[in-house]
Amino acid sequence: MTDTLTPVLTDNWDEDRAWTLAAYERRGGYEALKQAVRIDPDDLIALVKDSGLRGRGGAGFPTGMKWSFIPQDNPQPKYLVVNADESEPGTCKDIPLMMASPHTLVEGVIIASRAIRAEKAFIYVRGEVLHVVRRLRAAVREAYDAGYLGEDILGSGTRLDIVVHAGAGAYICGEETALLDSLEGRRGQPRLRPPFPAVAGLYASPTVINNVESIASVPAIVRGGVEWFGSMGSEKSKGFTIYSLSGHVRRPGQYEAPLGITLRELLDLGGGMREGSELKFWTPGGSSTPILTAEHLDVPLDYEGVSAVGSMLGTKALQVFDQTTSVIRAVLRWTEFYKHESCGKCTPCREGTWWMVQILRRLDKGEGQPGDIELLQDLCSNILGRSFCALGDGATSPITSAIEYFREEFEAAMTTPSWELFPPAASTLFAKEGVAS
Amino acid sequence: MTVTEPGATDVTPVELVTLTIDDVEVSVPKGTLVIRAAELIGTEIPRFCDHPLLEPVGACRQCLVEVPDAGNGRGMPKPQASCTLEVAPGMVVKTQVTSATADKAQRGNLEFLLANHPLDCPVCDKGGECPLQNQALSHGNGESRFIESKRLFAKPVNVSENVLLDRERCVLCQRCTRFSEEIAGDPFIALLERGAQQQIGIADGEPFHSYFSGNTIQICPVGALTSADYRFRSRPFDLVSVPSVAEHDACGAAIRVDHRRDKVMRRLAGDDPEVNEEWITDKDRFAFTWSTREDRLRTPLVRDPETGELQPMSWPGALAVAARGLAGTRAGVLTGGRLTLEDAYAYAKFARVALGTNDIDFRSRPVTDEETAFLTHYVAGTGRGVTYRDLDQAGTVVLVGLEPEDEAGTLFLRLRKAVKNGTRVIALASHLTRGLHKLDAELVTVAPGGEAEALAQLSLTGTDVVLAGERLGQVAGGLSAAADLARRSGARLAWVPRRAGDRGALDAGCLPTLFPGGRPVAEAEARADLAAAWGIDQLPDAKGRDTSGIVAALASGELTSAVVGGVELADLPDPAAARAALEAAGFVVSLEVRASDVSPYADVVLPVAPAVEKSGTFVTWEGRRRPFDTVLEVSGSLPDVRVLAGIAEELGAPLGIRTVAAARRELDELGAWDGARAPFEAQPAAVAAAPAGTVVLDTWKQLIDDGRLQDGADTYRLTARPARLKANAATLAAAGVEPGESARLSTERGAAEFIADVADLPDGVVWVPANSEGVNVRSVLAAGPGDPVTLQPVEWDVRTPESTISPSKRHTQREGAQREGGVTGDE
Repeated sequence: MTDTLTPVLTDNWDEDRAWTLAAYERRGGYEALKQAVRIDPDDLIALVKDSGLRGRGGAGFPTGMKWSFIPQDNPQPKYLVVNADESEPGTCKDIPLMMASPHTLVEGVIIASRAIRAEKAFIYVRGEVLHVVRRLRAAVREAYDAGYLGEDILGSGTRLDIVVHAGAGAYICGEETALLDSLEGRRGQPRLRPPFPAVAGLYASPTVINNVESIASVPAIVRGGVEWFGSMGSEKSKGFTIYSLSGHVRRPGQYEAPLGITLRELLDLGGGMREGSELKFWTPGGSSTPILTAEHLDVPLDYEGVSAVGSMLGTKALQVFDQTTSVIRAVLRWTEFYKHESCGKCTPCREGTWWMVQILRRLDKGEGQPGDIELLQDLCSNILGRSFCALGDGATSPITSAIEYFREEFEAAMTTPSWELFPPAASTLFAKEGVAS
Repeated sequence: MTVTEPGATDVTPVELVTLTIDDVEVSVPKGTLVIRAAELIGTEIPRFCDHPLLEPVGACRQCLVEVPDAGNGRGMPKPQASCTLEVAPGMVVKTQVTSATADKAQRGNLEFLLANHPLDCPVCDKGGECPLQNQALSHGNGESRFIESKRLFAKPVNVSENVLLDRERCVLCQRCTRFSEEIAGDPFIALLERGAQQQIGIADGEPFHSYFSGNTIQICPVGALTSADYRFRSRPFDLVSVPSVAEHDACGAAIRVDHRRDKVMRRLAGDDPEVNEEWITDKDRFAFTWSTREDRLRTPLVRDPETGELQPMSWPGALAVAARGLAGTRAGVLTGGRLTLEDAYAYAKFARVALGTNDIDFRSRPVTDEETAFLTHYVAGTGRGVTYRDLDQAGTVVLVGLEPEDEAGTLFLRLRKAVKNGTRVIALASHLTRGLHKLDAELVTVAPGGEAEALAQLSLTGTDVVLAGERLGQVAGGLSAAADLARRSGARLAWVPRRAGDRGALDAGCLPTLFPGGRPVAEAEARADLAAAWGIDQLPDAKGRDTSGIVAALASGELTSAVVGGVELADLPDPAAARAALEAAGFVVSLEVRASDVSPYADVVLPVAPAVEKSGTFVTWEGRRRPFDTVLEVSGSLPDVRVLAGIAEELGAPLGIRTVAAARRELDELGAWDGARAPFEAQPAAVAAAPAGTVVLDTWKQLIDDGRLQDGADTYRLTARPARLKANAATLAAAGVEPGESARLSTERGAAEFIADVADLPDGVVWVPANSEGVNVRSVLAAGPGDPVTLQPVEWDVRTPESTISPSKRHTQREGAQREGGVTGDE
């Protein structure tokens, strides 16, 4: 089954000291940049557009199209901002990438900046991952020393400065406009749109905001070309991507595969469920995507495939839960996360998550009251599509989907605590055996 | 002054957009928000964060509507916040009236808002006038499904001494923070924390000290922000609301006075898009208890010839004593800034008809002949000139002799709005104040006295405006230079006085050179015209004495009596000399609301009504009349016009008017003078070099200070800016003063101490507030803007002269002053 893997972004992770410039260059690093500086910026945009690369941050918006929205006649400076604020529960792809091979991102930033004609790029990294911040800063320093950054990059006349900015620990700052406010030194809360960042983003200037993985994919596209990229993936979801597999699986980790792979295949790659584990439910793309069950094992994990079954590909964070897991407890934990991370700007998200946590806590204790399920569903319907940004929408996904697939557990919660139905000790979370190191 | 036809505004064609709301087709100007377009068809979409004068934010999510067609044939998948959605041609909108989705979204949102909102409406200030209460009733579900415990916060939080925050009631709509940032420019309150813990707060040690903080209380859609003074004092439905006009400056801000059982409980901003929009200063809002202080005069007082004490007397008796005392004397009339147009008219007529003199001046402050001539020629009786709205359209606004944030708060906010719309502000001032900074003003640094020369250097265009504050009148050649600048550039010029009654008094004829309506005393035709209208044989034709002249003449005995109304002696150029003059005067009649520093010298003290107890008109700096009605009917509380009419009748020279209405009618019938205007002779600039060893003083009154019209508003006063001395580092160093340490300002009259701060003033200039923290600069130093003063460090010596008013002991000690050879301080 190893054929299914298409290591591109992860290809050099096994290199000794892969994060250094020397190691990166040993594996062909910055070759794409050397090509790109000789390509006209508009052609670079066309190249990425033609490749069919879609945003890897969750929404799947075509990257090249986003770049082409930048009004080049706008006299303001243009900015590239990389969203490296990976904080979604279950999602674990950008941080390992930046940890293992920060130069892949740096090279992508330089090429993307050339394409949109930005002379300043920002990498907004989740502040908690200090080690990654250090690796990125070291990589940027190495790139400056090698002449890949600064004035007149590789004699091309292009100039670029990269600022690695550490966030202060807020999930909301992964929302692109809140990220911009935070980057500007303000309170991180989402902005009203329009104006869209492409027109008035960072410092009210045209700004492209891309996910780490999207930008990191660009050098490979420059090197490999449109056809090669399109040879992977499905018709509308082209290329390779990193799936992060976690939970009750034998070998959790990052699996780079063409878009459209199925969970069944990924589980095989990961050595299957743990000993004694049976798949109960899973998230296709982090906690903000509605959960799926064993019946969805063969759903192609691309943008279209997952949405066809009522969920979202999201960040391709596959959290796998087995039969020992209380769905109510899992949903409660996620909802507590959203309550904690709600920025507070809008009413439905701020008050709704706070309220639903209290209902779920009651259910977790087996103290549910008649009508609680309908109440949760109704509260979710009053949040979904009513909140200011997608955080509120995401907060409802685990609840509504859990009720859809596991209503009987919610009904049982009227009388029985989750720890009686699903004793924590039974969870292989604590199993000593069956887990690969 | 350039005169424009009232109502002649530029009409630019507005592009209309037609859309359908709830099956009703409506056309609105392009750019209109759906929430306001819906109002036009009579549908009120519930809202909290939305405010028509603030930028849209879309935070509360209460105003969600369904949009089946965005105007492009496609519907919007989710309900949209109508407060952030602009109309589009062909758009179809369904509000809660026709859409079950919108209705459910709104009900659901209200339930969320109420989940954590305490149900303390019965004790909440806002209960009864609360948008949350009202909209919960009209758009909410009757019962909440929320059975858990509500979020708790300690309360209240004093975001300032004046504004208290109840975080449990707050719905986090951000109106207050947006107002503070967008309108006032004082972002001292902000959102803190996040999620359900999100709250409004201040930075440590940085209280919400904004001159406009009270507006946040008014626009708070719940009872989260409350006024320290009004909190728990009354219920909205027990209050009687009367529209009125603020009496604290020449801006004419519309206010609403709420009273209960003959007592004013609070004042709110009125809504007047042409003047103050929906904002007022904290002074206009909180400073209203001054007229009910213990020293309020309730009955006429007459000085007992034997004991020398003032004794109560009946009205007829007191009027008769006043008339007897004035009869046959040579009288001067001094009036002050609190007078309404009608009352000022009564003084103007009383001086001419009953006293036979032109010795009348409303300027209870330093005056110059140049200013008198300027006001006579350019301002008096010219009607409406530059307006607030004109500021929006002005290319550049030049400020000279005017610190709008301190001296004309409403004007300041309108200027800020204009600046946002692209108007440029140039300020001729000694330093870039916080207010000027908030106006993005380009500073032309001038030492006081140098304004005329700086004006001569400016070039403007016909779309520009020059706002000349009343302090410019004290600068030799200042008003001449401003008039010249307007003349040569085509820019429009407006004179901005400080006090509410000033412009009205000028129009009413309280000036030695002017009769009512701008009629020049010097014009025979004007005299004849007015004499005929008043039905008297002749009017005094000699140019009268101005304020300084009257004071001097009283001191020298050329004048033997005085009628004084609304004057604080401490405002006069030399308060000590003014005291001596009134002491010397044979007979003094004082018309006052409260006992004042004139009372000790008065032979007859006649109580008059404060603005709240009478009707009248203030005239704004624009020349706009701002009539108001009586708020509180208090029997025996008489307007000045009634009292003056009584004295005049006793003198056998009746005024022919006894009421405010009659005065207004007569003034209107007289109309404005349309004949030749008295000539104005431009005066040259003259900058007097400060004597060696002295520095030049710059000073004005801060908005919140020791002014008597703010007495009693104690919590409000605690939000005043500290009284600091400002000078540049070189000036302080030359005087041996350490920044942050005490500095001593002195003249031969006295001394005062201030903590010194470094600021961007020119060399050799110091600025101090004119009347803050117990130091009235005029009273203590007998000095004003442009005067030389001595700056010294304070030696911390027990033998520091006791005349000194120090920051720690702000009180006057006369013995020390006498040892210094001068009289200091008021009593």
